[in-house]
Amino acid sequence: MTIQTQALPKLAVWKFASCDGCQLTLLNCEDELMALAGEVQIAYFPEATRAVVEGPYDVSLVEGSVTTPEEIERIGQVREMSRNVVTIGACATSGGIQALRNFGDIAEFRSVVYAHPEYLSTLARSTPISAHVDVDFELRGCPINKHQLLEVLAAYIQRRKPRIPTYSVCVECKRRGAVCVAVANGTPCLGPVTQAGCGALCPAFARGCYGCFGPQDSPNTAAMSDRLISLGMADDEVMRIYRTFNAASEPFRRESERHEPARDEEALT
Amino acid sequence: MSHKLTDGGQVLHVGTLSRVEGEGGMHLEIHDGHVGAVELRIFEPPRFYEAFLRGRSWTEPPDITARICGICPVAYQFSACNALEDACGVSVPDTIRTMRRLLYCGEWIESHALHIYLLHAPDFLGYPGGIEMAKDHPAAVEQGLRLKKVGNELMTLVGGRSVHPINVKLGGFYRMPTVAELGGLRPALERGLEDALATVRLVSTFDFPDLEQPYTYLSLRPEQGYPIESGSVVTTAGTAFDVRDFPEHITEHHVAHSNALHASLDGGGPYVVGPLARYTLNFDRLSPLAQQAAREAGLGETCRNPFRSIIVRSVELVEVFSEALRIIDAWRDGTAPSVPVPARAGEGFGATEAPRGVLFHRYRLDDDGTILDAQIVPPTSQNQPSIEADMRTLAESWLELSDHDLSHRCEAAIRNYDPCISCATHFLDLTVERT
Ligand code: SF4
Repeated sequence: MTIQTQALPKLAVWKFASCDGCQLTLLNCEDELMALAGEVQIAYFPEATRAVVEGPYDVSLVEGSVTTPEEIERIGQVREMSRNVVTIGACATSGGIQALRNFGDIAEFRSVVYAHPEYLSTLARSTPISAHVDVDFELRGCPINKHQLLEVLAAYIQRRKPRIPTYSVCVECKRRGAVCVAVANGTPCLGPVTQAGCGALCPAFARGCYGCFGPQDSPNTAAMSDRLISLGMADDEVMRIYRTFNAASEPFRRESERHEPARDEEALT
Repeated sequence: MSHKLTDGGQVLHVGTLSRVEGEGGMHLEIHDGHVGAVELRIFEPPRFYEAFLRGRSWTEPPDITARICGICPVAYQFSACNALEDACGVSVPDTIRTMRRLLYCGEWIESHALHIYLLHAPDFLGYPGGIEMAKDHPAAVEQGLRLKKVGNELMTLVGGRSVHPINVKLGGFYRMPTVAELGGLRPALERGLEDALATVRLVSTFDFPDLEQPYTYLSLRPEQGYPIESGSVVTTAGTAFDVRDFPEHITEHHVAHSNALHASLDGGGPYVVGPLARYTLNFDRLSPLAQQAAREAGLGETCRNPFRSIIVRSVELVEVFSEALRIIDAWRDGTAPSVPVPARAGEGFGATEAPRGVLFHRYRLDDDGTILDAQIVPPTSQNQPSIEADMRTLAESWLELSDHDLSHRCEAAIRNYDPCISCATHFLDLTVERT
C-alpha cells in the first residue's frame, strides 16, 4: 500500500446470510465507484478483491442476518474491529426473508431441503445484526437504494449524521406525483406503513408496495390491515403480505400474527 | 497459510475465497505427490427457501425466490414464472415472452460484465481485484463499468430496478415499457455492443492454461435463437428432454462438506451448465456478428477449456446486446402487459438460462393455488462436482508450485465457473493438505 492511501478511512464489507444484492449495490455505483475508491481505502471486500488490509476499520458495512452459531461469533469480531458498524438491507436490519423460519419448525425446514439435516449447523431463528452487537446505523431495503448508500458513506467519511428519511412510501409517492394505486385502482398497497427509500417504485409501475424497506417510524398497521381487508384481501393473505423480507421486524411480525389462521396459542411466543 | 501436521503432512489454508458471489472454500489433500480428497466447501448458511415456500400462494415465488440471488434475480423470477404458468396450464403470448427476454438480456449484461471485468480478468492480469486493476488499466475497467451500467439501466427500465426487479409477475408484467422509453436506451446499447466486441478482442489476448473438459455439457435450446428465457434440455451426450422430465434425469445429493446439494445427470459423472455448455450446444444459434467475434477470438464451434469461458462470456455479451437492440427495434406499443394465471391443482416445471447456467424450478399446487411442494436446482450445485474434478486435474499438474501459488491458481480455476454460492445454498476458503 502506498503512504498516501493510509490516511484514507478504511472501509470493510462483511457478509452474513444474504443474497449479495445489497453489497452488489455498492458495485452498481458504476459512476461513483472509482471516485469512492479514491476517498476510502477498500480494506476488506472479498466479493470484489482478494487483497486484505488489516483492521481496525473506520466503517464496516454489514450485509445479511445471523443464522448460525459461527456467525454470532464472527459479528462480535467485526464489531470489535470497527469504529462504525452500518448494517445494510432487510437481512441485516430485520433478519430478512430467511426469518420466515422464525415462524416455523426449523427441524422440519431442514429436512424439507436436505436429506442429511445432521450435516447442517443452523440456528432456529434468523436475527438482525442489532440483536447481537451495537449498530451505528441501519440502512433499510431489499435491496438498499444506491443513492441512500452513497449518502450514508459520505456521511461517515465527513463524520456527520446520514440524512435518511424514516417517513412512509406514501410521502415519496406524493412527491413523485404518482397516482395512488389504492385510491385509483383499489390495489392493496403497503405504502402507508412502509419506510420510504425506493422512490415509490411500485406505484409508478401500477403495482402496490410490498414492503421492501420495512416499517416506517410510526406505522399504523391495524388501520392498514383494515384497509387491506376492505380491498378484498383474506386474513391469510394479510398475514402473508407482512411476512416477506421484513417479516421479523416488530410491527410487521405482530401484525402478521394477528391475522394468523386459528393457530395454537402456545406457539405464539 | 500452511501448517505442518503432527503426522508430517501439510495443510494449506487460503482465507475466504474472494471474488465469488457468496461464501465458500476449497479443501485439497496431497499425499505423496498425489491429489487425494478435493472438496469444494460451501459455508453459505442455508436459507431454506424450498421449505418456506410451502403454504405460500402461487403468485408469490417470483418475488420471494428473486431473493435467493442478488446477481441473478431475473433468472429466479422467470424460472418461477415458467414453472407456475406450466402448473396452471397457461402459456404467455410472444409479446410477453419477448419482453422477458429483453429484461433477461439486461441481467446477462450486468452479470457477465461484472464477472469478466471485476472478478475474472484480474486473475489473468495479475491483480487482487478490479479496483486495483483500474490503476494500471483504467480504460479497460471503465469499459467494464460502462457495460455493467447499461445492463443495469436496461433492467431498471424494464424491471423497475436492477436488484430484485419489481415489475415481474406471474403472467407477465405490471406495466410494459413504451417504444419511446426503449428508444431512449438505444444509443447506450449501441455503444454497449461496440464495447462488447472490444471486450472479446481484449480477453482473447489473455494467456490460457491448457485444460480440456471431458464432461457432458447441458443447456437449454429453444425453437429459435440462443437459449435465454426458455427452451428444452439438450446435452453433448446426445440426450434431449423436456424441462418437465428434468427431475427424472437429474438427481441431487446432499454431501457432508457442503451446504449446497450436488447434482448428477442420469446417474453419470459430472456435467457442466453455463456459458461453455450453452455455446457448445448452440453455436449455430448465435447471431452472425457473435459467431464472427468468436472466430476472430480464436474459438471454434465448441469450447471445452474452462479458462476460456471469459471469451465465451464476452461473445455472449455481443449476442445479448444484438438481441436487445433487435427486440427494441421491433417493439410495438399497445400490447397487454400480462395475462391472467388462475390457480389450479397440479405440478409445473420451468427452466431458464441464468447467466451461470440452467436454473430449474418445480412447484406442486393445491386447487386454491397454495404451494404444496417446491424444488429449486441452481446452476452452481450442478457445476459443483465438475469444479471439484477440474481442481483435481489441475492440482495434479501444479504440484510443484508453492502452496501460495497453487492456492492462487486453484482459486482462479474456481472463478472460471463464476460460482454463485448464495444460489447454491439454498464459498471460498482453500485448504491444501500435503502428506
Ligand atoms: S436485504 Fe434483500 S437484497 Fe439485501 S442481501 Fe438481503 S435479500 Fe439480498
